[in-house]
Parts: sequence; C-alpha cells; structure tokens
Amino acid sequence: MKRSTLVKVAAQSILKNKMRTLLTMLGIIIGVGAVIVMVALGHGAQSQIQSQIASLGTNLIVVMPGATAQGGVSQGAATFNRLTVEDAEKLKREASTLVGVSPVIMTRAQVIGGDGNWRTMVDGVSTDYLAIRDWAVQSGALFTDADVRSSRKVAVLGNTVAQNLFPGGDPVGADVQIGHVPFTIIGVLAPKGQTAGGNDQDDVVLMPYTTAQNRLSGNARLWQILASTASPGDIPTAQEEMTEIMRESHRLANGAPDDFTIRNQTEMAQAAQSTTAVMTWLLAAIASVSLVVGGIGIMNIMLVSVTERTREIGIRMAIGARGSDVLTQFLVESIAMSLLGGLVGLVVGVGGAALLAHATGWATATPLGAVFLAVGFSAAVGIFFGYYPARKAAGLDPIESLRYECPAHESSAQTPKIDSQ
Amino acid sequence: MRDDATMTTTERSAPGAAGPVIRIEGVTKVYRSGENRVLALRGVDLTVERGELAAIMGSSGSGKSTLMNILGCLDVPTQGRYTLDGTRVDGLSRNALADLRNQKLGFVFQGFNLLPRTSALDNVELPLLYDRGRRHRDTKALAAAALARVGLGDRLDHQPSELSGGQQQRVAIARALVTEPTLLLADEPTGNLDSRMSVEVMALFQALNDQGITILVVTHEPDIARYAKRIVEVRDGRIIRDHPVEERRRAGDDLRAMDEAANAPLGEAA
Repeated sequence: MKRSTLVKVAAQSILKNKMRTLLTMLGIIIGVGAVIVMVALGHGAQSQIQSQIASLGTNLIVVMPGATAQGGVSQGAATFNRLTVEDAEKLKREASTLVGVSPVIMTRAQVIGGDGNWRTMVDGVSTDYLAIRDWAVQSGALFTDADVRSSRKVAVLGNTVAQNLFPGGDPVGADVQIGHVPFTIIGVLAPKGQTAGGNDQDDVVLMPYTTAQNRLSGNARLWQILASTASPGDIPTAQEEMTEIMRESHRLANGAPDDFTIRNQTEMAQAAQSTTAVMTWLLAAIASVSLVVGGIGIMNIMLVSVTERTREIGIRMAIGARGSDVLTQFLVESIAMSLLGGLVGLVVGVGGAALLAHATGWATATPLGAVFLAVGFSAAVGIFFGYYPARKAAGLDPIESLRYECPAHESSAQTPKIDSQ
Repeated sequence: MRDDATMTTTERSAPGAAGPVIRIEGVTKVYRSGENRVLALRGVDLTVERGELAAIMGSSGSGKSTLMNILGCLDVPTQGRYTLDGTRVDGLSRNALADLRNQKLGFVFQGFNLLPRTSALDNVELPLLYDRGRRHRDTKALAAAALARVGLGDRLDHQPSELSGGQQQRVAIARALVTEPTLLLADEPTGNLDSRMSVEVMALFQALNDQGITILVVTHEPDIARYAKRIVEVRDGRIIRDHPVEERRRAGDDLRAMDEAANAPLGEAA
C-alpha cells in the first residue's frame, strides 16, 4: 500500500471512533503535557539562575584571600588576608589577558542625606569596576582615575539607595554623609536586581577605593580583587597568569601553598546549574511515567480494536493484504494516535507552562529540544505499544477472521474448524 | 516463492495461456483437533476451464468449504497439487498466497463482507491498493467503472448500511471484479438474500460469465446451482458427481417472469 493510502486508512479508522480515540489520546496528551510543563519549569529556573550569575559580570574572575595554615592547622578561608592594592595594581600592569582589574573594599556604613538615612554596603572600587560587572550608570557618571588618585569624596549610589534617600528626585549633585564623612553624589547606577542568593545588588554605594580606605575602612587589606577577560576562552590562561603574578607579588617560595583563591564565574555557574539540571530531569522522569501509562492505554485500545475488526482484517487478507500490510496499518494507526496526542499534549504543555508562569510568577522556558523529545517519545510510545496488537492482527488466519462474527457472539464464532466445512 | 526448477514447463506457462484456470490433483486436507484427525478432503481431482460457470454443491460438512478455501488460496492442501492459472499454489508462503489472491482471484462472500462505514467506491478500490505490482494507476476510476459494470454507477458514495442486501452483494462483486481476476469465487453468494435478489445476483454472474469471466459458485441450493453450466457435487470429502447442467436456466428470463407475475394482478385491474 502506498504511504499516503496508509495514512488515509489510519485517519479514517481513527475518525470512525472519535470518542474512543480522544480518550486513548488523553493519556498521551496528559503525559506529554506534564513532561513539557515540568521541563519548562526546570529550564525556567535554570535560565533564571544563569542570568543571575551572568549579572555578576562578564568573564568575571575573583581573587579572594586564601586559606592559611598555621603549624599544620588550617584556619579556614580568608583567615589571613594578604590581598593589597599593590596586588591589584601589579595584576593590572602585568597580566596581558585581563581587560579590567578592580580592588574591592567592602564596609557597611550609614548614609545620611536626602529624605533620611539608610544603612548600606559601601564598596570601594576602581574605575574598571562597572565594566567588569557589566553595569551601567543611570544618571550622572562614575568617578574618574583622577578622583581615585586624589581620593576624592565622591560616591555613586546604587538604585535601591537612591530610591530610599531621594524618592522621585535625582540625587546627582546632592551632598550626603557616609559614615559621618561628607560626600558628593556624582551618579546613580542602573538597577541590576537580585543575586542567585537573593541579595539586592542595588543596595550599594560605590566610591574610589582610595577614599574608602582612607576615610571609611582604615584597613589596607582588600576584600577581593575583581578582574575580567575579553572573552570566556581567555579565562583559563588568565587564571594561570594571575596565579603567577599573585605568587610573585606575595613572594611565595616554590612549593608553598597559595595564600589566595582564584575563582571564575563558570565554576560558580556550573555548581548552580548542575543542581537545577538534576531537578529538571527528576521532574521530567516523574512526568514521563504518565507517558508510559498513556502508552499502555493505547495498547489496550489497539488490542480491543484488533478483536473488533477481526472480520475487517479477514476481508483485507482475502483480497490480497499481506500480514505486513495489516501490521503496518495498525502500527500507523497507533503511531498516528500517539503522535496526535503528543502534538495536542505539546500545545497543552506549552499553554500550561505559560499559565503557570502567569499565575505564580515563576520563570518558565520551553527548550526546543524538549519539544522534539516529547513528540519523538510519544511516537516511540506508539510504535512500542502498538507493535504487539499490530503483530497480533497480522498473524490472524484469514479463514478464521472471515468467519468471525462479533465480540458478543465470540463463543459461537470460535467453533472448531472441523465443524464448519 | 517456490523454486522455479521444481516446476514443469507447462506449470510455468504464462498466465492467460490456454491451460485450465484450475487444476487440482489428489488434494487432501487433514485437520487436527486435539487427538482427532479429521479428513476434510480425501483426494479431490478437479479441472476448471476458462469461461466456465460451475457450481460446487454439497451439504454442511461435505468438505466444500475446505475445497473453496484451498481453491481461494486462503488455505493450502495437506497433500496434492494445485495449479491456478499456470502457477503452482501448494507449498507457497503466506505472502505469496496473499499476492496470488490479489492478482488472480476475486471473492464474493455470503455475508458480503464489505468494510462498514466505508463508501462503495472505497470498498471496491481496496484490492487495487494492495496490488504490489502497482499495475493500476487510476484506482478510483477503475473502482467507479467496476461499480458501473454491476449497475451501481450512481451509488459510489453510499455506505454499506445505506444499500440493500442485493446492492451490497453487487458492491462485493464489483470489488471482486475490479482487479480483473482470472477466477471469481463466490461462497454462498445468495445465502443472505431473498429469492428475487438471489436471482438478480445470478443474472449478474451469468452476464459476467457471458463476457468471458470464469466463475465458481459454492452453494447448497439446487435452484441456484441450476443457473451454472456445470455442477460439482461434494460429499464426505470427495467429488461424487460432476456433470453439465441440462436445461440450464437463464436468470434474466426468471426475473422477467417474476416481474410479470408481480404485475399480473395490477394488469387485470387496469
């Protein structure tokens, strides 16, 4: 039989039993729909985490104070901070793969001015900081290298701080007190949102690191050094280079352990990603159980269908259908049914995910791969669960099948051959 | 397919050649039912020539259904040789038998055996769709022509449930004819029909036979058998009589007689 004819015959027999077809497909529809919704949820969470990590900055590398051991007893991370501005300057001077380096001094301080006061994080950074963090200024401007050199008392407010102290107004040019030191606000940062951990990145004030060191913290040590490369491919080389420069800067003997830690964004991203990936697959696996149950439903109906249509099979065989023709016909029917169910399930799943996103505010994303996987899997279910009934149909004896009356009179129809000559 | 080397030259002779349509020699069929062995056919010889209209008669249990199944390539003999239109049938595979049924045979059954909820046209087209040789291009047109040939040219889109028994049987005959088979096999074709419709179907068979089609009718009704040219009687798995029909009846004449009988009272009243 021609392929088009096969599809036509399958379509006819599917349409002849609309209600039954719909109920059979329901299992597949629910199965595929559930898989799509689960994968969409998982993937949404994954891409959200991904964008949050990306919001830390582009091609970010962080140098943190390392763990030290005193007399063989590890003191834990950052117990002995030896990061200095000189380290940062040496990195900036000597590392060829880095496009930006910024020391970071973190301290908390009370900001007084505008409508009231606000306790926030004060970051002393260099002019490279915004480029490294992939951050923009909403109004005003960042301080300049000259400001850094002369440790001028200028500050750039994060969006949250600006909104709390100057609701509705532009704080640029205003005077505030930060830790009882008068500062002039020269800019406001664009909003950046929360980190993966839920911290508000906009609740911050930036100022030259020299000013922070001299006026606020009084500590020569750096919290961390941020650096960035031109492209993600440069990161491994940059890390090696930075390690070398840092060891040199700290005059570490050969064989001595690093007294600093260098991490890159990819490592942080991978850790977060692998967790959500496992969750996504777990959810999809649970959902696919319903797909298997749907497949069993198809097998069930196809078996009933083969029994009901025994006479039809007999007729087809009598007029020249081979066993393989009958097999293909029933297989095409079950595949068509499960594929159709898969497509409807796809629509239901994508719609359900959108509805869920709308109702709960969760991020959802349906990856194209999941779409193909779900539809392909439903076709596979059709083949797998349709094969046994189709095989049964193909193996029927034409004489017996032609004699077959209908399921209600099964006992009388299956009289032994010898009685009906 | 069987090995050509085992066939004689006459057996391999081209289909449509002058040889007989059917030749069976020493055909037996044994069914096993548990420990019982039942001999359904005990050595049957039969030759049917081209252009014959033969009736196979016999009571229930005589073995005529078994003979029919073997002649129809639905079953294979336990022993003996069967040559259909120059092709050795005994020992063929399931698939080869299916192809043979499609190419050389047309079936008409007692219960019509049309696909339900399927139009007459689609029912008749069906055998053409299973033709592996793809000999037929415009299958719809051929199916329509076959329906026209049995007088149902105006019922192409009707489903079996919308047709009378006689019309359904004519659709079945069109389905049997559409592949232009060498042999048309009818198994109790009038069994489910009233007497007038039975005669109509036999009239159609006679007309088709007059056009040169070889027809084999299995029946247990002597009235129906009398429309054939030859009667083969089967009993206890053997052919007990094989004779030409004397005073063969023309179904067309009988139909006219029936019409006159039905119209007579009306005629007197007018």
